[in-house]
Amino acid sequence: MATAPVLPGGFELPLEPRLPRLGSIDAVALEERAATLATRSIKKGSKVFALDLAIRVMDLTTLEGADTPGKVAALTSKGIRPDPSDPNIPSVAAICVYPNLVAYAVERTRGTGVKVAAVATSFPSGQSSLDVKLLETREVIDAGADEVDMVIDRGAFLSGRYAQVYDEIVRVKEVCAGRAHLKVILETGELGTYDNVRRASLLAIAGGADFIKTSTGKLPSSATLPVTLCMLEAIRDVHEETGRVVGMKAAGGIRQAKQAVQYLVQVHETLGLAWLTPDRYRLGASTLLNDVLMQIRKERTGRYQNPDYFTVD
Amino acid sequence: MIKDKREVARRGEAAAIPTAWEYAPAPESREIVHFEDRYGLYIGGQFLEPLSNERYTTIDPAREEPLAEIAQAGKADVDRAVKAAREAYAERWSQLRPSERAKYLFRIARILQERSREFAVVESLNGGKPIRESRDVDLPLAAAHFFYYAGWADKLEYAFPNRTPRPIGVAGQIIPWNFPLLMLAWKIAPALAAGNTVVLKPAETTPLSALLFCDVVRQAELPPGVVNIVTGDGRTGAELVSHPDVDKIAFTGSTEVGKAIQRTLAGSGKRLTLELGGKAANIIFDDAPLDQAVEGIINGIYFNQGHVCCAGSRLFVEESIYETVISKLKRRMKTLRVGDPLDKNTDVGAINSKQQLDKIGSLVQSGIDEGAEIYQPPCKLPERGYWFVPTVFTNVAQSYRIAQEEIFGPVLSVLTFRTPDEAIEKANNTPYGLSAGVWTEKGSRILAMAQKLRAGVVWANTYNRFDPASPFGGYKESGFGREGGRHGLEPYVALDGS
Amino acid sequence: MSRLPVRKTYKLFIGGAFPRSESGRTYDAEGANVARGSRKDLRDAVRIARQAGAGWSGMTAYNRGQVVYRVAEMMEARRAELAGLSSGADEVERAIDRVVWYAGWADKLAQVVGSANPVAGPYFNFTIPEPTGVVGILAPEPPLLGLVSRLAPVLVGGNTAVVVASEAHPLVAIELAECLATADVPPGVVNVITGLRRELAPQLASHMDVVALDVTGADGDLAELERLGAENVKRIVRGKADGQSPYEIAAFLELKTVWHPIGM
Repeated sequence: MATAPVLPGGFELPLEPRLPRLGSIDAVALEERAATLATRSIKKGSKVFALDLAIRVMDLTTLEGADTPGKVAALTSKGIRPDPSDPNIPSVAAICVYPNLVAYAVERTRGTGVKVAAVATSFPSGQSSLDVKLLETREVIDAGADEVDMVIDRGAFLSGRYAQVYDEIVRVKEVCAGRAHLKVILETGELGTYDNVRRASLLAIAGGADFIKTSTGKLPSSATLPVTLCMLEAIRDVHEETGRVVGMKAAGGIRQAKQAVQYLVQVHETLGLAWLTPDRYRLGASTLLNDVLMQIRKERTGRYQNPDYFTVD
Repeated sequence: MIKDKREVARRGEAAAIPTAWEYAPAPESREIVHFEDRYGLYIGGQFLEPLSNERYTTIDPAREEPLAEIAQAGKADVDRAVKAAREAYAERWSQLRPSERAKYLFRIARILQERSREFAVVESLNGGKPIRESRDVDLPLAAAHFFYYAGWADKLEYAFPNRTPRPIGVAGQIIPWNFPLLMLAWKIAPALAAGNTVVLKPAETTPLSALLFCDVVRQAELPPGVVNIVTGDGRTGAELVSHPDVDKIAFTGSTEVGKAIQRTLAGSGKRLTLELGGKAANIIFDDAPLDQAVEGIINGIYFNQGHVCCAGSRLFVEESIYETVISKLKRRMKTLRVGDPLDKNTDVGAINSKQQLDKIGSLVQSGIDEGAEIYQPPCKLPERGYWFVPTVFTNVAQSYRIAQEEIFGPVLSVLTFRTPDEAIEKANNTPYGLSAGVWTEKGSRILAMAQKLRAGVVWANTYNRFDPASPFGGYKESGFGREGGRHGLEPYVALDGS
Repeated sequence: MSRLPVRKTYKLFIGGAFPRSESGRTYDAEGANVARGSRKDLRDAVRIARQAGAGWSGMTAYNRGQVVYRVAEMMEARRAELAGLSSGADEVERAIDRVVWYAGWADKLAQVVGSANPVAGPYFNFTIPEPTGVVGILAPEPPLLGLVSRLAPVLVGGNTAVVVASEAHPLVAIELAECLATADVPPGVVNVITGLRRELAPQLASHMDVVALDVTGADGDLAELERLGAENVKRIVRGKADGQSPYEIAAFLELKTVWHPIGM
């Protein structure tokens, strides 16, 4: 059995009877707070700051069965230099791909500062044996991935086998330690309640997550403002109690620049500026990038933009 | 294709780590509002010059700038208004079929919805509250209040089984400055729905939304004299209260003035409802959802700068979670944005008047003098205008003035308790009884607390929630009578006989 | 020279749209070729009405009230058309005022029909009304006022409706549907099927997903309809073709009673 790192207060093993008693969230109040934060009107210089930040924390993603080296090459170019006509536009934080494409992404990003994140552990379902998951993790790291995005076993979680969920995270972290940072995907759209989102967040953090992440992006319902607020509050509580820093990744369904700014405002007013850096925050997205570029150009020129003027990679 | 990888690396390094993310000003435009230079009194469907010949200036408390000249209604003016209301009642309003009355009120509701942004700007300019609140809370609730009561106008027999409810006649209504338009809606809508006519006096410092409301009345083609607006200070209110031809008085304001009104009306047989002050207890148990409870505390006392009669001004924290709650509270207070009410990002606006500002300051000083510990987050206040930084006192004893007296400002007093019985005893240990808050996961405890708290409104796992369908009003010295809901009709109907 | 008018084609109203009958048939009524709705049209309408139920009943009562009030706004704008297709201006005015009357009940019903019940024990006990589901309505005469008098209470209570229009005077029902379509009534909340009563009524009465059947306007064999409805324990409602009362709304409501202990 793996050894556990320091646990947040009130969180001892065995987990099965204890976890459901942990952390209640009032859904109405949470959603209302998220909605109020979303009314912040971010304009002019503060908007440009946010849009620039949105790119710098972006994990530009392609996770399709039809992905090929050519597709990854195009995406990587886009991520490194999103707008060839504007040298001030930064590179994204990372490129996120399936295990088979990791090597290509690593090759294309070498020397650029852009990281390669690989999904692993039978993404997106997580419905395989631990051995298969660990093998896949080892493979992507050997192929050069800087970051591993794993999924928790929701089947185990929802049937109350919390110790199993916990143990899997710990074992995957062991494989990663020292070589790659680990993001743990909770797949919040399947967890049913905010209470469960909080419990899964604390469980993942206890297991050793460097980042907790909302979604695989493969379900219709993924990141929402209330869900990320719930996760940020869990991160904040752990930091307050233990000093440990855990990052947050919002992924799935974030397509418009306006949404991206709302997510960043939420982080700003919950965890503060210290969390608004790629080391502690990521936005997982694909179509978002062009909308952000369009907004940046609109701020610069004063005109509403046309998608034809931005490359599709 | 990357031309120069070193160039890219340089770009990455050059991105400086920012020290702050300042939100740029996001002001709501004032253009949509047009004020006259001077306003008369709205009597019998027209604006008339005050017979008193007296006027005063109303200002914008965030900038201390004048907005318009307002009439100070004297005895003769009030008399004229009451006569107009009486005539409209006898000749027109009480002759109308109730379903026609309903349609006038529906019109008013719809017009308020249409002109919502305009009125929201007026409320923020004249009163000091943030535009986000006037836009998202005051205006929608005001329109909804008219919509709700419109529907009762022709259904009164269902509200009072076995009775034939009839209107009372002319109602005199005096409202405060904290929710000017909303308080106007709370008064006028049920009164008109029940078939009465009204003479309403808005607060001295916030007359403008009421005066603009006269234009809504005009657009709705309400028969003249059904609604009359007389502006002025406390003297105008006193004239209205003591006018012999007013059948019913409705007052929302300070307990002190409420008692004076009650004395004035003693023996007169006139109907009276009072909605006065409060010193609500907001009680947090150890199993409460903590981050949401902290939001509830913030909303309870800093919403509308604490100018709320039902504000959760006494926080009772279960001692076992005290440190955690205070730490979360102080941290959250640091993100409150105090500033220009017209800025869409402002959370806490201006204090309504110099007078109120002084009162808050003096009570806060008493808290310090009596030995409580004060915390105020760092806050940059504008140069001009009336401002008070959100404040919290810990180490407060039940006997301190800040725990006894209504401050009506953004000042919270924190006390602790060990058992539910202790919380209840301390919560009820006040002459007031308007509202209370309870935060706990346990359903049975919510209901038990609600049962034992002597308050007219109990909020469980939420705070400062209002709805036209929900009756609002106090126990004890917080007043009597209810506004909102089916019960809100009762003060405006005569039920004698069947 | 006189001008040739462009005539309206009268189709069904299902899911917020105006399709023709899937059968392609029409029948002659009021000088027009009116869609002759089939059992499959009814079937589609019921399915859509069921899907629309969650949204409509999930809205706040205040919102529902506003939507129904807006139906009255749209009817007022179409007074002339509605008058031309019914008995006249008087019927139209009464119909509009009836819609306004019912709109005002949406956010008050629970206060009159529901209760907090003083049970003998440490329990908080309350009763609240809830919509029953998809309601079938056989429109009575007069074709506008009768229809509105049955439809408004069904809607205000949070239910969705499948209406079988008057066979002899179907056009005003479609005109009313146009008012609904422009009044922010969510698609599928009200569906109107024109056609032959003898073909459509038994289908509605025997449909297993129609929870209540308003037979105020039933002509022909009422007992047969009630017998068909028994298969899924339908609520059979006989109301007033020209009345208004909160109890007309209550006929289409379920009552839910909830208990919770009171204790520290």
